Amino acid sequence: MRVVTIAVHTFKESVRQKVLYNLVAFALLLIGASILFGSISVGVEQIILVTLGLSSISVFGLLIAIFIGIDLVSKEIERRTIYNILSKPVTRAEFILGKYLGLLLTLVVNTAIMMAGFYAALFYQKRALGPGDLVYLGAVYFILLQLAMVVGIALVFSCISTPVLSAIYTFCLYVIGNFSADLRSFGQGSQSPILGLVSNGLYYALPNFANFNVITQVAHAQKIPAYLWVGNSFYALLYLAILLGLAVLIFEEREFP
Amino acid sequence: MLAVETIELTKDYRLGFWRGRVKRALDRLSLRVEGGEVFGLLGPNGAGKTTTLKLLFRLIFATSGTARILGKQFDDLAVRSRVAYLPENPAFYDHLTPQEFLTYSASLFGLPAAERRRRSGELIEKLGLSDSRNVPLRKFSKGMIQRVGIAQALINDPDLVFLDEPMSGLDPLGRREVREVILRLKEHQKTVFFSTHILSDAETLCDRVAVLHHGRLQGCGELNAILRLGVSTTELVLEGPSAEVMAELMPYASSVIRTGERVRLEIAHESQVEVTLEIVMRSKTKLISVNPVKRSLEDYFLQQVGAVD
Repeated sequence: MRVVTIAVHTFKESVRQKVLYNLVAFALLLIGASILFGSISVGVEQIILVTLGLSSISVFGLLIAIFIGIDLVSKEIERRTIYNILSKPVTRAEFILGKYLGLLLTLVVNTAIMMAGFYAALFYQKRALGPGDLVYLGAVYFILLQLAMVVGIALVFSCISTPVLSAIYTFCLYVIGNFSADLRSFGQGSQSPILGLVSNGLYYALPNFANFNVITQVAHAQKIPAYLWVGNSFYALLYLAILLGLAVLIFEEREFP
Repeated sequence: MLAVETIELTKDYRLGFWRGRVKRALDRLSLRVEGGEVFGLLGPNGAGKTTTLKLLFRLIFATSGTARILGKQFDDLAVRSRVAYLPENPAFYDHLTPQEFLTYSASLFGLPAAERRRRSGELIEKLGLSDSRNVPLRKFSKGMIQRVGIAQALINDPDLVFLDEPMSGLDPLGRREVREVILRLKEHQKTVFFSTHILSDAETLCDRVAVLHHGRLQGCGELNAILRLGVSTTELVLEGPSAEVMAELMPYASSVIRTGERVRLEIAHESQVEVTLEIVMRSKTKLISVNPVKRSLEDYFLQQVGAVD
Protein backbone atom coordinates (compact mmCIF):
# COMPACT_ATOMS: atom_id res chain seq x y z
CA MET A 1 0.00 0.00 0.00
CA ARG A 2 2.84 2.39 0.85
CA VAL A 3 4.33 1.59 -2.55
CA VAL A 4 1.11 2.81 -4.16
CA THR A 5 1.14 5.98 -1.99
CA ILE A 6 4.69 6.81 -3.07
CA ALA A 7 3.91 5.93 -6.69
CA VAL A 8 0.87 8.20 -6.79
CA HIS A 9 2.86 11.00 -5.15
CA THR A 10 5.70 10.56 -7.65
CA PHE A 11 3.23 10.60 -10.53
CA LYS A 12 1.59 13.80 -9.27
CA GLU A 13 4.99 15.38 -8.79
CA SER A 14 6.32 14.47 -12.22
CA VAL A 15 3.24 15.64 -14.09
CA ARG A 16 3.89 19.09 -12.62
CA GLN A 17 7.19 19.33 -14.45
CA LYS A 18 7.04 21.76 -17.34
CA VAL A 19 9.66 19.85 -19.32
CA LEU A 20 7.17 17.02 -19.60
CA TYR A 21 4.56 19.17 -21.31
CA ASN A 22 7.15 20.66 -23.62
CA LEU A 23 8.32 17.24 -24.70
CA VAL A 24 4.81 15.92 -25.23
CA ALA A 25 3.91 19.08 -27.18
CA PHE A 26 6.98 18.64 -29.40
CA ALA A 27 6.13 15.00 -29.96
CA LEU A 28 2.57 15.88 -30.98
CA LEU A 29 3.90 18.61 -33.24
CA LEU A 30 6.22 16.17 -34.95
CA ILE A 31 3.46 13.60 -35.32
CA GLY A 32 1.33 16.33 -36.89
CA ALA A 33 4.20 17.30 -39.17
CA SER A 34 4.51 13.70 -40.33
CA ILE A 35 1.16 14.20 -42.13
CA LEU A 36 2.88 16.91 -44.10
CA PHE A 37 5.92 14.74 -44.84
CA GLY A 38 3.57 11.93 -45.86
CA SER A 39 1.62 14.14 -48.24
CA ILE A 40 4.76 15.02 -50.18
CA SER A 41 5.82 11.38 -50.45
CA VAL A 42 3.71 9.97 -53.19
CA GLY A 43 2.52 6.40 -52.64
CA VAL A 44 4.12 5.93 -49.23
CA GLU A 45 2.15 8.51 -47.25
CA GLN A 46 1.10 6.10 -44.57
CA ILE A 47 4.52 4.47 -44.23
CA ILE A 48 6.09 7.88 -43.70
CA LEU A 49 3.43 8.89 -41.19
CA VAL A 50 3.69 5.66 -39.21
CA THR A 51 7.50 5.64 -39.21
CA LEU A 52 7.80 9.27 -38.21
CA GLY A 53 4.91 9.16 -35.76
CA LEU A 54 6.04 6.06 -33.90
CA SER A 55 9.67 7.23 -33.94
CA SER A 56 8.54 10.50 -32.36
CA ILE A 57 6.79 8.55 -29.60
CA SER A 58 9.94 6.51 -29.07
CA VAL A 59 12.40 9.43 -29.05
CA PHE A 60 10.34 11.77 -26.92
CA GLY A 61 9.39 8.92 -24.62
CA LEU A 62 13.10 8.25 -24.19
CA LEU A 63 13.79 11.90 -23.41
CA ILE A 64 10.98 11.99 -20.85
CA ALA A 65 12.20 8.74 -19.29
CA ILE A 66 15.76 10.09 -18.96
CA PHE A 67 14.90 13.64 -17.90
CA ILE A 68 12.51 12.59 -15.19
CA GLY A 69 14.09 9.24 -14.35
CA ILE A 70 17.47 10.67 -13.36
CA ASP A 71 15.83 12.98 -10.82
CA LEU A 72 13.87 10.18 -9.31
CA VAL A 73 16.04 9.51 -6.28
CA SER A 74 18.72 12.20 -6.48
CA LYS A 75 16.18 15.00 -6.12
CA GLU A 76 14.78 13.46 -2.94
CA ILE A 77 18.30 13.27 -1.54
CA GLU A 78 19.30 16.73 -2.70
CA ARG A 79 16.15 18.35 -1.28
CA ARG A 80 16.50 16.25 1.88
CA THR A 81 12.89 15.10 1.56
CA ILE A 82 14.26 11.57 1.81
CA TYR A 83 14.68 12.02 5.59
CA ASN A 84 10.99 12.58 5.87
CA ILE A 85 10.08 9.38 4.04
CA LEU A 86 12.70 7.01 5.42
CA SER A 87 11.99 8.04 9.01
CA LYS A 88 8.47 6.70 8.57
CA PRO A 89 7.54 3.00 8.45
CA VAL A 90 8.68 2.73 4.84
CA THR A 91 11.34 0.27 3.72
CA ARG A 92 13.93 1.41 1.24
CA ALA A 93 12.69 -1.21 -1.23
CA GLU A 94 9.16 0.22 -0.98
CA PHE A 95 10.54 3.67 -1.63
CA ILE A 96 12.44 2.59 -4.75
CA LEU A 97 9.57 0.55 -6.09
CA GLY A 98 7.09 3.35 -5.42
CA LYS A 99 9.27 5.90 -7.18
CA TYR A 100 9.72 3.57 -10.13
CA LEU A 101 6.03 2.77 -10.52
CA GLY A 102 5.15 6.47 -10.23
CA LEU A 103 7.40 7.33 -13.13
CA LEU A 104 6.23 4.36 -15.12
CA LEU A 105 2.68 5.61 -14.70
CA THR A 106 3.81 9.03 -15.97
CA LEU A 107 5.35 7.39 -19.01
CA VAL A 108 2.27 5.28 -19.69
CA VAL A 109 0.03 8.37 -19.54
CA ASN A 110 2.37 10.38 -21.78
CA THR A 111 2.75 7.57 -24.26
CA ALA A 112 -1.03 7.20 -24.33
CA ILE A 113 -1.38 10.92 -25.12
CA MET A 114 1.24 10.68 -27.88
CA MET A 115 -0.39 7.55 -29.19
CA ALA A 116 -3.75 9.31 -29.30
CA GLY A 117 -2.06 12.07 -31.31
CA PHE A 118 -0.60 9.47 -33.63
CA TYR A 119 -3.97 7.81 -34.26
CA ALA A 120 -5.58 11.22 -34.77
CA ALA A 121 -2.97 11.99 -37.45
CA LEU A 122 -3.57 8.59 -39.02
CA PHE A 123 -7.31 9.17 -39.03
CA TYR A 124 -6.80 12.59 -40.60
CA GLN A 125 -4.75 11.02 -43.37
CA LYS A 126 -6.86 7.92 -44.02
CA ARG A 127 -10.23 9.42 -43.11
CA ALA A 128 -10.97 6.13 -41.37
CA LEU A 129 -9.36 3.65 -38.97
CA GLY A 130 -9.67 -0.10 -39.34
CA PRO A 131 -8.71 -3.23 -37.38
CA GLY A 132 -5.49 -3.36 -39.37
CA ASP A 133 -4.34 -0.22 -37.60
CA LEU A 134 -4.27 -2.05 -34.27
CA VAL A 135 -0.87 -3.42 -35.27
CA TYR A 136 0.63 -0.07 -34.29
CA LEU A 137 -0.42 -0.70 -30.70
CA GLY A 138 2.10 -3.53 -30.67
CA ALA A 139 4.87 -1.14 -31.65
CA VAL A 140 3.78 1.28 -28.93
CA TYR A 141 3.73 -1.57 -26.41
CA PHE A 142 7.32 -2.44 -27.32
CA ILE A 143 8.31 1.22 -27.03
CA LEU A 144 6.78 1.25 -23.55
CA LEU A 145 8.69 -1.88 -22.58
CA GLN A 146 11.88 -0.19 -23.74
CA LEU A 147 11.06 2.95 -21.80
CA ALA A 148 10.30 0.89 -18.69
CA MET A 149 13.81 -0.56 -18.95
CA VAL A 150 15.36 2.85 -19.60
CA VAL A 151 13.69 4.23 -16.45
CA GLY A 152 15.03 1.23 -14.55
CA ILE A 153 18.54 2.01 -15.81
CA ALA A 154 18.10 5.71 -14.93
CA LEU A 155 16.92 4.67 -11.47
CA VAL A 156 20.03 2.56 -10.84
CA PHE A 157 22.30 5.42 -11.91
CA SER A 158 20.21 7.90 -9.93
CA CYS A 159 21.00 5.88 -6.80
CA ILE A 160 24.74 6.15 -7.27
CA SER A 161 25.47 9.25 -9.29
CA THR A 162 24.61 12.87 -9.98
CA PRO A 163 21.67 13.69 -12.28
CA VAL A 164 23.88 14.87 -15.17
CA LEU A 165 26.12 11.82 -15.10
CA SER A 166 23.09 9.56 -14.69
CA ALA A 167 21.56 11.08 -17.83
CA ILE A 168 24.78 10.55 -19.80
CA TYR A 169 25.22 6.96 -18.60
CA THR A 170 21.58 6.10 -19.28
CA PHE A 171 21.67 7.57 -22.77
CA CYS A 172 24.94 5.78 -23.56
CA LEU A 173 23.50 2.50 -22.37
CA TYR A 174 20.41 3.07 -24.48
CA VAL A 175 22.53 3.66 -27.59
CA ILE A 176 24.73 0.65 -26.85
CA GLY A 177 21.59 -1.41 -26.22
CA ASN A 178 20.44 -0.71 -29.75
CA PHE A 179 23.69 -2.06 -31.16
CA SER A 180 24.41 -4.89 -28.74
CA ALA A 181 24.00 -7.51 -31.48
CA ASP A 182 26.77 -5.77 -33.44
CA LEU A 183 28.90 -5.91 -30.31
CA ARG A 184 28.59 -9.69 -30.28
CA SER A 185 29.28 -10.03 -34.00
CA PHE A 186 32.36 -7.86 -33.55
CA GLY A 187 33.67 -10.21 -30.83
CA GLN A 188 32.84 -13.32 -32.82
CA GLY A 189 34.57 -11.91 -35.87
CA SER A 190 37.77 -11.13 -34.00
CA GLN A 191 40.65 -13.60 -33.66
CA SER A 192 41.07 -13.04 -29.93
CA PRO A 193 39.14 -15.52 -27.77
CA ILE A 194 39.25 -13.07 -24.85
CA LEU A 195 37.65 -10.35 -26.94
CA GLY A 196 35.03 -12.86 -28.05
CA LEU A 197 34.32 -13.79 -24.44
CA VAL A 198 34.13 -10.17 -23.29
CA SER A 199 31.86 -9.09 -26.14
CA ASN A 200 29.63 -12.11 -25.53
CA GLY A 201 29.45 -11.27 -21.84
CA LEU A 202 28.60 -7.66 -22.61
CA TYR A 203 25.95 -8.76 -25.08
CA TYR A 204 24.12 -10.65 -22.36
CA ALA A 205 24.75 -8.12 -19.59
CA LEU A 206 23.80 -4.97 -21.49
CA PRO A 207 20.18 -4.36 -22.43
CA ASN A 208 19.24 -5.51 -25.90
CA PHE A 209 16.84 -3.02 -27.40
CA ALA A 210 17.18 -4.11 -31.03
CA ASN A 211 14.31 -6.61 -30.81
CA PHE A 212 11.99 -3.93 -29.48
CA ASN A 213 12.18 -1.81 -32.60
CA VAL A 214 9.38 -3.02 -34.86
CA ILE A 215 8.48 0.37 -36.30
CA THR A 216 9.67 -0.49 -39.83
CA GLN A 217 7.80 -3.79 -39.79
CA VAL A 218 4.47 -2.33 -38.68
CA ALA A 219 4.89 0.62 -41.06
CA HIS A 220 4.97 -1.95 -43.85
CA ALA A 221 1.86 -3.62 -42.42
CA GLN A 222 3.78 -6.70 -41.28
CA LYS A 223 2.41 -8.48 -38.24
CA ILE A 224 4.54 -8.75 -35.13
CA PRO A 225 5.43 -12.44 -34.68
CA ALA A 226 4.19 -14.13 -31.52
CA TYR A 227 7.67 -15.05 -30.33
CA LEU A 228 8.54 -11.34 -30.22
CA TRP A 229 5.49 -10.54 -28.11
CA VAL A 230 6.34 -13.25 -25.61
CA GLY A 231 10.12 -12.95 -25.80
CA ASN A 232 10.22 -9.17 -25.47
CA SER A 233 7.71 -9.15 -22.62
CA PHE A 234 9.65 -11.74 -20.63
CA TYR A 235 13.00 -10.19 -21.45
CA ALA A 236 11.82 -6.75 -20.30
CA LEU A 237 10.30 -8.19 -17.12
CA LEU A 238 13.43 -10.14 -16.27
CA TYR A 239 15.75 -7.25 -17.03
CA LEU A 240 13.56 -4.92 -15.00
CA ALA A 241 13.53 -7.28 -12.05
CA ILE A 242 17.33 -7.34 -12.15
CA LEU A 243 17.54 -3.54 -12.46
CA LEU A 244 15.10 -2.90 -9.63
CA GLY A 245 16.81 -5.50 -7.47
CA LEU A 246 20.14 -3.80 -8.15
CA ALA A 247 18.68 -0.36 -7.36
CA VAL A 248 17.26 -1.66 -4.08
CA LEU A 249 20.56 -3.33 -3.17
CA ILE A 250 22.49 -0.11 -3.82
CA PHE A 251 19.92 2.00 -2.03
CA GLU A 252 19.84 -0.29 1.02
CA GLU A 253 23.53 0.41 1.53
CA ARG A 254 23.32 4.12 0.89
CA GLU A 255 23.82 6.56 3.75
CA PHE A 256 22.35 10.04 4.02
CA PRO A 257 24.77 12.01 6.18
CA MET B 1 9.90 2.10 30.62
CA LEU B 2 12.94 3.23 28.70
CA ALA B 3 12.01 5.19 25.59
CA VAL B 4 15.49 5.27 24.09
CA GLU B 5 18.58 3.35 24.98
CA THR B 6 21.79 3.59 23.02
CA ILE B 7 24.53 1.11 23.77
CA GLU B 8 28.06 2.03 22.78
CA LEU B 9 26.73 3.59 19.58
CA THR B 10 29.65 4.49 17.34
CA LYS B 11 29.91 6.04 13.91
CA ASP B 12 33.10 6.35 11.88
CA TYR B 13 33.34 8.06 8.53
CA ARG B 14 36.00 7.02 6.07
CA LEU B 15 37.44 10.04 4.35
CA GLY B 16 39.89 10.80 1.57
CA PHE B 17 40.25 9.46 -1.94
CA TRP B 18 41.22 5.97 -0.77
CA ARG B 19 38.90 6.16 2.22
CA GLY B 20 41.88 5.51 4.43
CA ARG B 21 41.35 8.31 6.92
CA VAL B 22 38.85 7.59 9.67
CA LYS B 23 36.89 10.32 11.40
CA ARG B 24 34.90 9.30 14.44
CA ALA B 25 31.64 11.25 14.49
CA LEU B 26 30.18 9.43 17.48
CA ASP B 27 32.17 7.58 20.08
CA ARG B 28 30.56 4.77 22.08
CA LEU B 29 27.49 6.73 23.06
CA SER B 30 25.47 5.10 25.81
CA LEU B 31 22.31 6.93 26.83
CA ARG B 32 19.06 6.05 28.55
CA VAL B 33 15.98 8.18 28.09
CA GLU B 34 12.99 7.46 30.29
CA GLY B 35 9.47 7.42 28.91
CA GLY B 36 7.58 10.70 29.33
CA GLU B 37 10.61 12.91 29.82
CA VAL B 38 11.91 15.76 27.74
CA PHE B 39 15.50 14.89 26.99
CA GLY B 40 17.93 17.37 25.51
CA LEU B 41 20.99 16.41 23.54
CA LEU B 42 23.34 19.35 23.75
CA GLY B 43 26.56 20.20 22.08
CA PRO B 44 28.23 22.64 19.75
CA ASN B 45 28.03 22.21 15.98
CA GLY B 46 29.71 19.01 14.88
CA ALA B 47 29.36 17.41 18.30
CA GLY B 48 27.47 14.40 16.98
CA LYS B 49 23.88 15.33 17.83
CA THR B 50 22.48 14.99 14.31
CA THR B 51 24.62 11.88 13.77
CA THR B 52 22.96 10.29 16.81
CA LEU B 53 19.47 11.00 15.50
CA LYS B 54 20.29 9.85 11.98
CA LEU B 55 21.73 6.62 13.37
CA LEU B 56 18.56 5.97 15.31
CA PHE B 57 16.53 6.37 12.13
CA ARG B 58 19.05 4.38 10.09
CA LEU B 59 19.63 7.25 7.68
CA ILE B 60 23.26 6.41 8.37
CA PHE B 61 24.56 3.11 9.70
CA ALA B 62 26.36 2.51 12.97
CA THR B 63 29.95 1.29 12.80
CA SER B 64 29.36 -0.52 16.08
CA GLY B 65 26.97 -0.51 18.98
CA THR B 66 23.23 -0.71 19.00
CA ALA B 67 20.11 1.00 20.27
CA ARG B 68 16.63 0.22 21.48
CA ILE B 69 13.62 2.42 20.90
CA LEU B 70 10.44 1.88 22.92
CA GLY B 71 11.75 -1.50 23.98
CA LYS B 72 12.41 -2.73 20.45
CA GLN B 73 15.55 -3.00 18.37
CA PHE B 74 16.03 0.34 16.63
CA ASP B 75 16.04 -1.14 13.12
CA ASP B 76 12.65 -2.76 13.67
CA LEU B 77 10.37 -1.03 11.18
CA ALA B 78 7.32 -1.55 13.39
CA VAL B 79 8.71 0.92 15.91
CA ARG B 80 8.56 3.71 13.32
CA SER B 81 4.76 3.78 13.61
CA ARG B 82 5.12 5.01 17.17
CA VAL B 83 7.91 7.52 16.72
CA ALA B 84 8.37 10.76 14.82
CA TYR B 85 11.33 12.65 13.49
CA LEU B 86 11.81 16.27 12.56
CA PRO B 87 15.14 16.71 10.78
CA GLU B 88 17.28 19.81 11.13
CA ASN B 89 16.27 22.54 8.66
CA PRO B 90 13.51 20.40 7.21
CA ALA B 91 12.62 20.63 3.55
CA PHE B 92 9.45 19.33 2.01
CA TYR B 93 7.81 19.14 -1.40
CA ASP B 94 7.50 22.73 -2.59
CA HIS B 95 4.47 22.15 -4.74
CA LEU B 96 2.30 20.62 -2.04
CA THR B 97 0.03 22.52 0.31
CA PRO B 98 0.20 21.72 4.06
CA GLN B 99 -3.05 19.80 3.73
CA GLU B 100 -1.72 17.68 0.86
CA PHE B 101 1.63 17.13 2.50
CA LEU B 102 0.15 16.08 5.83
CA THR B 103 -2.27 13.74 4.10
CA TYR B 104 0.64 12.20 2.19
CA SER B 105 2.65 11.81 5.41
CA ALA B 106 -0.35 10.21 7.10
CA SER B 107 -0.81 7.75 4.25
CA LEU B 108 2.80 6.60 4.70
CA PHE B 109 1.69 5.41 8.14
CA GLY B 110 -1.12 3.49 6.51
CA LEU B 111 -3.85 5.56 8.16
CA PRO B 112 -7.31 5.25 6.60
CA ALA B 113 -8.53 8.18 4.46
CA ALA B 114 -10.99 9.58 7.03
CA GLU B 115 -8.35 9.47 9.77
CA ARG B 116 -5.82 11.14 7.49
CA ARG B 117 -8.17 14.03 6.83
CA ARG B 118 -9.15 14.35 10.50
CA ARG B 119 -5.59 14.36 11.83
CA SER B 120 -4.17 16.69 9.21
CA GLY B 121 -7.07 19.11 9.74
CA GLU B 122 -6.57 18.97 13.50
CA LEU B 123 -2.81 19.63 13.29
CA ILE B 124 -3.29 22.45 10.81
CA GLU B 125 -5.57 24.11 13.35
CA LYS B 126 -3.33 23.41 16.33
CA LEU B 127 -0.19 24.73 14.67
CA GLY B 128 -1.84 27.86 13.34
CA LEU B 129 -1.63 26.92 9.68
CA SER B 130 -5.33 27.34 8.92
CA ASP B 131 -4.88 30.50 6.86
CA SER B 132 -2.23 28.85 4.71
CA ARG B 133 -3.97 25.52 4.38
CA ASN B 134 -4.07 25.72 0.59
CA VAL B 135 -0.87 27.69 -0.03
CA PRO B 136 2.03 25.76 -1.63
CA LEU B 137 4.92 25.16 0.74
CA ARG B 138 7.37 27.04 -1.50
CA LYS B 139 5.70 30.26 -0.35
CA PHE B 140 6.25 29.47 3.33
CA SER B 141 8.73 31.21 5.65
CA LYS B 142 11.24 29.18 7.63
CA GLY B 143 9.10 29.40 10.74
CA MET B 144 6.04 28.19 8.88
CA ILE B 145 8.01 25.30 7.35
CA GLN B 146 9.13 24.33 10.85
CA ARG B 147 5.51 24.27 11.94
CA VAL B 148 4.62 22.05 8.99
CA GLY B 149 7.58 19.86 9.97
CA ILE B 150 6.24 19.52 13.49
CA ALA B 151 2.77 18.82 12.16
CA GLN B 152 4.05 15.98 9.94
CA ALA B 153 6.00 14.62 12.90
CA LEU B 154 2.84 14.45 15.00
CA ILE B 155 0.55 13.05 12.30
CA ASN B 156 0.82 9.50 13.65
CA ASP B 157 0.20 10.59 17.25
CA PRO B 158 3.65 9.28 18.26
CA ASP B 159 4.73 8.17 21.72
CA LEU B 160 8.25 9.40 21.13
CA VAL B 161 9.27 12.48 19.17
CA PHE B 162 12.79 13.20 17.95
CA LEU B 163 13.43 16.82 17.06
CA ASP B 164 16.73 17.89 15.57
CA GLU B 165 17.47 21.54 16.37
CA PRO B 166 13.78 22.43 16.32
CA MET B 167 14.39 26.08 17.22
CA SER B 168 17.26 26.71 14.85
CA GLY B 169 16.74 29.74 12.65
CA LEU B 170 13.42 30.67 14.21
CA ASP B 171 12.50 34.12 15.49
CA PRO B 172 11.53 34.52 19.18
CA LEU B 173 7.86 34.00 18.36
CA GLY B 174 8.58 30.82 16.42
CA ARG B 175 10.78 29.53 19.22
CA ARG B 176 8.05 30.15 21.74
CA GLU B 177 5.59 28.23 19.59
CA VAL B 178 7.93 25.24 19.35
CA ARG B 179 8.52 25.39 23.11
CA GLU B 180 4.77 25.31 23.65
CA VAL B 181 4.42 22.29 21.37
CA ILE B 182 7.10 20.43 23.33
CA LEU B 183 5.47 21.30 26.64
CA ARG B 184 2.10 20.17 25.28
CA LEU B 185 3.65 16.86 24.25
CA LYS B 186 5.05 16.44 27.74
CA GLU B 187 1.62 17.15 29.21
CA HIS B 188 0.31 14.28 27.10
CA GLN B 189 3.01 11.97 28.54
CA LYS B 190 4.92 11.81 25.29
CA THR B 191 8.69 11.45 25.28
CA VAL B 192 10.58 14.21 23.54
CA PHE B 193 14.20 13.75 22.54
CA PHE B 194 15.59 16.90 21.04
CA SER B 195 18.96 18.19 20.07
CA THR B 196 19.89 21.81 20.42
CA HIS B 197 22.75 24.18 20.88
CA ILE B 198 20.43 26.89 22.21
CA LEU B 199 20.97 26.41 25.90
CA SER B 200 18.17 28.60 27.15
CA ASP B 201 15.68 26.33 25.38
CA ALA B 202 17.15 23.29 27.04
CA GLU B 203 17.06 25.06 30.40
CA THR B 204 13.39 25.86 29.96
CA LEU B 205 12.28 22.50 28.64
CA CYS B 206 14.47 19.57 29.57
CA ASP B 207 14.09 17.16 32.47
CA ARG B 208 17.47 15.71 31.67
CA VAL B 209 20.23 16.58 29.29
CA ALA B 210 23.29 14.96 27.78
CA VAL B 211 26.23 16.96 26.56
CA LEU B 212 28.16 15.80 23.51
CA HIS B 213 31.44 17.15 22.26
CA HIS B 214 33.63 15.75 19.49
CA GLY B 215 31.28 12.78 19.40
CA ARG B 216 31.82 11.90 23.05
CA LEU B 217 29.37 12.03 25.89
CA GLN B 218 30.62 14.62 28.36
CA GLY B 219 27.89 14.34 30.91
CA CYS B 220 24.32 13.32 31.38
CA GLY B 221 21.94 14.05 34.16
CA GLU B 222 18.89 15.75 35.53
CA LEU B 223 18.89 19.36 34.67
CA ASN B 224 18.19 20.54 38.21
CA ALA B 225 21.01 18.43 39.57
CA ILE B 226 23.36 19.89 37.00
CA LEU B 227 22.28 23.45 37.77
CA ARG B 228 22.73 22.97 41.52
CA LEU B 229 26.30 21.89 41.06
CA GLY B 230 29.09 24.33 41.88
CA VAL B 231 29.10 27.50 43.89
CA SER B 232 26.62 30.28 43.28
CA THR B 233 27.96 33.77 43.12
CA THR B 234 26.27 37.11 43.74
CA GLU B 235 26.53 40.04 41.43
CA LEU B 236 26.45 43.60 42.81
CA VAL B 237 26.07 46.56 40.49
CA LEU B 238 26.98 49.95 41.98
CA GLU B 239 26.97 53.42 40.55
CA GLY B 240 29.88 55.79 41.15
CA PRO B 241 31.51 54.16 44.19
CA SER B 242 34.39 56.17 45.68
CA ALA B 243 37.94 54.86 45.65
CA GLU B 244 37.74 54.26 49.42
CA VAL B 245 34.60 52.15 49.09
CA MET B 246 36.18 50.19 46.27
CA ALA B 247 39.26 49.59 48.39
CA GLU B 248 37.02 48.22 51.14
CA LEU B 249 35.10 45.99 48.75
CA MET B 250 38.01 44.61 46.77
CA PRO B 251 38.97 41.80 49.22
CA TYR B 252 35.50 40.27 48.81
CA ALA B 253 35.17 40.58 45.04
CA SER B 254 36.22 37.74 42.79
CA SER B 255 35.90 39.99 39.75
CA VAL B 256 35.34 43.68 39.05
CA ILE B 257 34.14 45.13 35.78
CA ARG B 258 33.82 48.89 35.21
CA THR B 259 31.44 50.24 32.58
CA GLY B 260 31.41 54.02 32.70
CA GLU B 261 30.13 55.06 36.12
CA ARG B 262 28.89 51.60 36.91
CA VAL B 263 30.87 48.89 38.61
CA ARG B 264 29.96 45.22 38.57
CA LEU B 265 31.36 43.17 41.42
CA GLU B 266 31.12 39.42 41.71
CA ILE B 267 31.07 38.11 45.25
CA ALA B 268 32.19 34.52 45.26
CA HIS B 269 30.93 33.45 48.68
CA GLU B 270 27.38 33.87 49.84
CA SER B 271 28.57 34.57 53.41
CA GLN B 272 30.37 37.71 52.26
CA VAL B 273 27.36 39.27 50.56
CA GLU B 274 26.02 40.73 53.80
CA VAL B 275 29.38 42.36 54.67
CA THR B 276 29.71 43.93 51.24
CA LEU B 277 26.14 45.21 51.36
CA GLU B 278 26.83 46.81 54.75
CA ILE B 279 29.85 48.63 53.28
CA VAL B 280 27.72 49.87 50.37
CA MET B 281 24.88 51.03 52.66
CA ARG B 282 27.21 52.70 55.12
CA SER B 283 28.97 54.67 52.39
CA LYS B 284 25.60 55.64 50.84
CA THR B 285 26.82 54.36 47.47
CA LYS B 286 24.02 53.98 44.94
CA LEU B 287 23.13 50.29 44.66
CA ILE B 288 21.68 49.41 41.27
CA SER B 289 21.09 45.69 41.71
CA VAL B 290 21.95 42.55 43.67
CA ASN B 291 21.60 39.36 41.67
CA PRO B 292 22.35 35.85 42.80
CA VAL B 293 24.12 34.27 39.84
CA LYS B 294 23.20 30.61 39.60
CA ARG B 295 25.39 28.20 37.77
CA SER B 296 23.71 27.96 34.43
CA LEU B 297 23.61 25.20 31.91
CA GLU B 298 25.80 27.44 29.82
CA ASP B 299 28.54 27.29 32.46
CA TYR B 300 28.19 23.55 32.67
CA PHE B 301 28.31 23.30 28.93
CA LEU B 302 31.39 25.46 28.63
CA GLN B 303 33.10 23.62 31.45
CA GLN B 304 32.43 20.25 29.84
CA VAL B 305 33.47 21.40 26.43
CA GLY B 306 36.51 23.21 27.79
CA ALA B 307 37.64 20.07 29.60
CA VAL B 308 37.80 18.25 26.28
CA ASP B 309 39.56 21.04 24.41
